[in-house]
This record gives sequence, C-alpha cells and structure tokens, in this order.
Amino acid sequence: MSDLVEVQRRVPPLVLIAGPEQVLAERGLGEVLESVRERTPDVEVIRLHAATYEPGELTVHASPSLFGGDKAVVVHDLDEATDELQQDLLAYLAAPPDDVTLVVVHKGGNRGKKVLDTLKKARARVIDAPAIKTDRDKADFAMNEFRRAKRRATGEAVQALVDAIGKDLRELASACQQLIADTTGVIDEQVVLTYHGGKVEATGFKVADAAVAGDAGEALRLLRHAIAVGVDPVPIVAVLAQQIRQLIKVGSAGRGRSADLARDLGMAPWQVDKARRSLQGWTAEALARSLRAVAAADFEVKGGGRDPVYAVERAVLTITREKAEGDR
Amino acid sequence: MSVWRDVIGQEPAVTTLSRAVEDPASMTHAWLLTGPPGSGRSVAARAFAAALQCPVNGCGQCRECRTAADGTHADVDVIATEGLSIKVEQARDLVALAAHRPSVGTWRVIIVEDADRLTERAADALLKALEEPVPRTVWMLCAPSVEDVIITIRSRSRHVRLRTPSVESVADLLVRRDGVDPPMAMYAARAAQSHVGLARRLARDENARIRRHDVITLASKIRTVGDAIDAAADLSTIATEESQASSAERDAAEKARLMEVLGADPSARTQPPHIRSQLSSLEKEQKARATRFSRDMVDRALVDLLSVYRDALVLRTGAPTALVNEDSRNVVQQVAQVLSSERVLVAMDAIGTARERIAANVQPLLALEAMALDLRLPR
Repeated sequence: MSDLVEVQRRVPPLVLIAGPEQVLAERGLGEVLESVRERTPDVEVIRLHAATYEPGELTVHASPSLFGGDKAVVVHDLDEATDELQQDLLAYLAAPPDDVTLVVVHKGGNRGKKVLDTLKKARARVIDAPAIKTDRDKADFAMNEFRRAKRRATGEAVQALVDAIGKDLRELASACQQLIADTTGVIDEQVVLTYHGGKVEATGFKVADAAVAGDAGEALRLLRHAIAVGVDPVPIVAVLAQQIRQLIKVGSAGRGRSADLARDLGMAPWQVDKARRSLQGWTAEALARSLRAVAAADFEVKGGGRDPVYAVERAVLTITREKAEGDR
Repeated sequence: MSVWRDVIGQEPAVTTLSRAVEDPASMTHAWLLTGPPGSGRSVAARAFAAALQCPVNGCGQCRECRTAADGTHADVDVIATEGLSIKVEQARDLVALAAHRPSVGTWRVIIVEDADRLTERAADALLKALEEPVPRTVWMLCAPSVEDVIITIRSRSRHVRLRTPSVESVADLLVRRDGVDPPMAMYAARAAQSHVGLARRLARDENARIRRHDVITLASKIRTVGDAIDAAADLSTIATEESQASSAERDAAEKARLMEVLGADPSARTQPPHIRSQLSSLEKEQKARATRFSRDMVDRALVDLLSVYRDALVLRTGAPTALVNEDSRNVVQQVAQVLSSERVLVAMDAIGTARERIAANVQPLLALEAMALDLRLPR
C-alpha cells in the first residue's frame, strides 16, 4: 500500500510546463525539481537553453554516466528551439532512458508543436502557466499566494495590493511573500497600506481620465507617478489625444443609441458611454483648445522641446483648466 | 537635340554645367545641386552625367547619353532612397565604389538624389571620399537647399542652384515629352505649382486629380470643431489610400519576383527558414517605404491645401498674379470672402506648423487635427 502511494507521488519522467506566465512557469519548475530532489537528493540537474543549444547535447547529457546517479534535464524555451533541438527531443522521446527526468518549458506559439504533441502522447505531466492579465486574475493570484502560506487576507487588502503593484506579476509575488514573512495574523488593508501606501500604478489612461475630469491635482499626481515608474511621455500624449478626439467625435455626433454611434465612429460602445459621461461641462471650443495643446505637446515630446515631461504636464494643465472654465 | 532639353527654365545652371563639361578648368569633383522639389534636380544631374560621358559633350542621341540619362550607364550610379533615410552602410558602399576607375566612360559619376536624407553618420562617411577623390570620379549631390546637407559636405562641393521653372515651361515640357493636351498640361503645371513630376502625374492620372480636388474643397467645408476632426481624418485617409493604391500592387509584384529568384513555391503554406528571412526583410523594406510614402502624400495634400489660401490671399489683395486653383475658383472665392487677410495668414501658418510637426514624427492625424481647427470658417 505504501508502495503505491510512493509511485503516485513520484514525478513522472516527462514533464511539460506550458504557458506564457514566467512566474508560474518558474514556480512549477521549482516544485518539480524539489520533488525530484526529495526522492534522490544527489540528482544532477542539467539546464539546456534553446538559444545556445548545440546538436547532440541532449543525447550526451541523457546517456548513462559512468558514475551512475539520476539526472534531471531541463530544456528551456522550446518555443525558440532550433530544428536540431527538436529532432534531438523527438529522438529522446522515442526511447526515453531510465533514471532521467526531462522537463520541457514552452512559452507558447506554434514552434515545437510536434514535440509538444509527442510529449502529451507520452503522457507527460502538464503544468499550466496561463497568462495573468486582468486585475481579477491578479487578485486571484495574490489570494492564492496567501492561501498557500495558510494566511488569511481580506478582499480589500488584496485589491489595495493589486492597485499598488499590480503591473508586474513578479513584483506582486514578492510583495506577497514579504507580507507573509513580515506580518502575523489576518492581512487587512491597513497592513498593505503600511507597506505600500501612497504607491499607485499609473498609466496614460488614468492620467487622461483624471485630466478630462478636470482634476488637476490628481492628474498631475498620476502623471508624476507614471513618469517615475518609467512610462514614456510619448504614449501618455497619444492617450490624451485619443481621449479628447473621442470626446469631440461623440460630442458632435449628437443623440442616438450608443451602439449605433459606436459603429459609425469606429469606437466600442462602452467608450461612447464613457465619453458621454465625461462630456459634462465641456464645450466644443474648450475641447478644440485642449486638442491643440496636446498636438503641441506631441511635437515637444518628440524632440521639438527641451523637456518632454514638462510638455506633457503643461498639456494636462491646459486640459484641466479648460474643463474648470466650462464648469464655472 | 541636346542632352539639356529636359532641364527646363534653368538657363544659368545649364550654362555653368555645360561650361564644366567643355572646359577642364571649370570642372570639379563634387557638385551640390539644390532647388525646390520638382525643379528637376535629378534630371539636371543625369543630363550633366550624360554630357560628361558623351564624346561630343552632350548630343542627347548617342548610346552614352541615352544610358546615362536612363541611369543604366555602367559608370553612372544613381542612389535614391525610398525609405526615410540613406544609412551609413549604403554610404560606405558608395565610398568603395568611388575608388574604382571608370570602366567604359571617361568619368565615374555618382549621383545621390536625396542627399538631404543622408543620416549624419552616413554624411560623415562620405566626407573623405568627397574631399580627396580619385581622379575621374565625380559626385553629384541633390538636395532641396544647401541647409539640408551638413556643413562639411557643403564646403567640399561646388554649389549650383536651380530655380522653380515657370508654369509655361513645365506645360511645354509635358506637351513635348509626354504628349499631354495643351490645356490639360497648363492645368497640371499650374496645379502642381511647377513641380514637374507632380504635374506629369496630375496630367496622366485621373484619380490623382480627383483626390486633389477633394483636398481643395475641404477648405470650404470646415466650420465646427466636429467638421475639423472629420476633415483631418479625411485628409489622412486620402493620403493612406493613395499610398496603398500605389504600393499594394508593387509590393505583391516584388514579393512574387523574390520568390521566383529564390526558387520558392508560392503556394506553400509555410516557407523554409532561409526564404522566410529574405521575405521578412523585404517586407520590412516595403514597410519603411510605405511610411515614407504616406508621409509624402500627407505633405503633398497639405501643399495643395496651402495653395487655396495663397489664392485667397491673391484675391483679397487684388495682386495681378494667376491663381494656382483657377479650376476651383469658387472654393477660393468662398474662402476669400469669409476670412480676413489675417485669418488667411493664420490658416497658412497652421498648415506650415502641421507640415513641420509631421516631419518631426508627430502622429500625422493629431497634427492634421490641430491644423484643421485653425482652418475653421466663421459661421
């Protein structure tokens, strides 16, 4: 009976880690190697990278060594594999040697498809590393992190954490680890704020939203944040231009169902609705002046001026001023 | 019949260049031909090259003359770029080429048609070859103005200035060389503002005339902020359409030709890697060309639009000059009636700013929108 359990716990000789999310892939790989080490502590781990692969390397590493012992061969980046690596992998899979655990990492795409199919046919264990993009995915990810460490975190705390450092998953993961290590008890919003208070992920879209809403302080704060975390002024100006253009288009299109309008203007229906809400307090002339300021800023950002950041700031301030005058 | 017959309205420049052909003491190793776009810089350079190669100093009929003017002469190399710039690698190749003796002719001639598109590094790479050329190598650099080439190139070459030819001489050329009807030739020459290549295109391509007319009428249509945004979008579409129309066919033909040269099977679902890499580099080149072309198209449309305001100003001041847009007089009159002279100047300034901005890589649509807002007519 205990033997049976042992067999099931054992890592199968073939493992495929598939998916674009690097953090998850690395974690999966770590776990696999961990459990291999548990069984055979002196296992030799060999890492092969597609970019530097020499033909025959896999066969050399996978063949039995004079000193015996188990091996784990990790093939990174199958999605960038050369034809030679793919052929060697297929040859390996046709007759897998004993005492070797093969782990293949594939980020996605069609390259190496044949190897993937053969791996799946050979009943490799597949570990998924799906892309984590939306805020909800990130919140789930963070929640999972805490759960794995047997810690409880409130929904607000997770939300605050994602808002503060949700842009990079790796950063999010290490922030979770830090909170787990440094604090005790339930992780609530207050704890998160103690560590990450005042930090906000700012994008061009958030800056543009605040500017169009006429909130000068918030817009400038977000803009400074965005610049500080490395967002380039050029895309910020592009987003500003796009938002104002949409307001003008929707504003001059008149009434009508937003779905029809969206089709005519080449926008998404939610964009039309959002633009309609934002149009409160805007006049066509004010929008025109704002757009002109943005065009001038685009020129300055692209080498026409000395200080790109100042150029964007001025454009943002022009927009908020125009809005404030409309509200008065 | 002389090799200079297509270099129209440039008597002083032709005199200088033909004296250089006849008298070795007037010859030099590097020439910088400048003149406004369409004034025939490259035509002049080719004619000069032909005259240099011709045994009788430019008869216009012998084999040397004809091949030099075509750009197929073994010792005449014409470098023109369809991308945004001439890169340093290309310039280095030119330097190597310049060191060769002429093979069949008397001179090795290197014509750089867009010297203003030399990147700074590319221009630097040429300096040594320009300064101390091997005997019997002649450089001919063409640029819109002397300010467009770096000062070290300017100081190493002899400058010949071309001027804008008169409308009549351009029309004459179209009638004589391309067999265009005289009234059409006159219209095209005027509408193209003496830009020879453009005039030829307008005279022969009806779609180009329609697109130009669309651009001109935009001037009388912009009234509200919404109109301005729409007009900018229209302008940008007109330009992309024109760019696509002329490049799609050519891109496909180039790709088919490359596949044939490489012996690839066009119907294969995926191509082998070495062919794929060649194809992707061709596509990259085509994309650079498309960017340049659509930018040029926007610029041309803006020049057309500018001509309306120029005409409006002519009408307002009652200057005794012919209108560029004689055929769209009603548009011009409408603009002249509702806009004061100051407002016309503001509009012209706005167009100039937009051209400058687009040249500086501002999103074309955004630059056009900002411009169109200044072109609004009072309600």
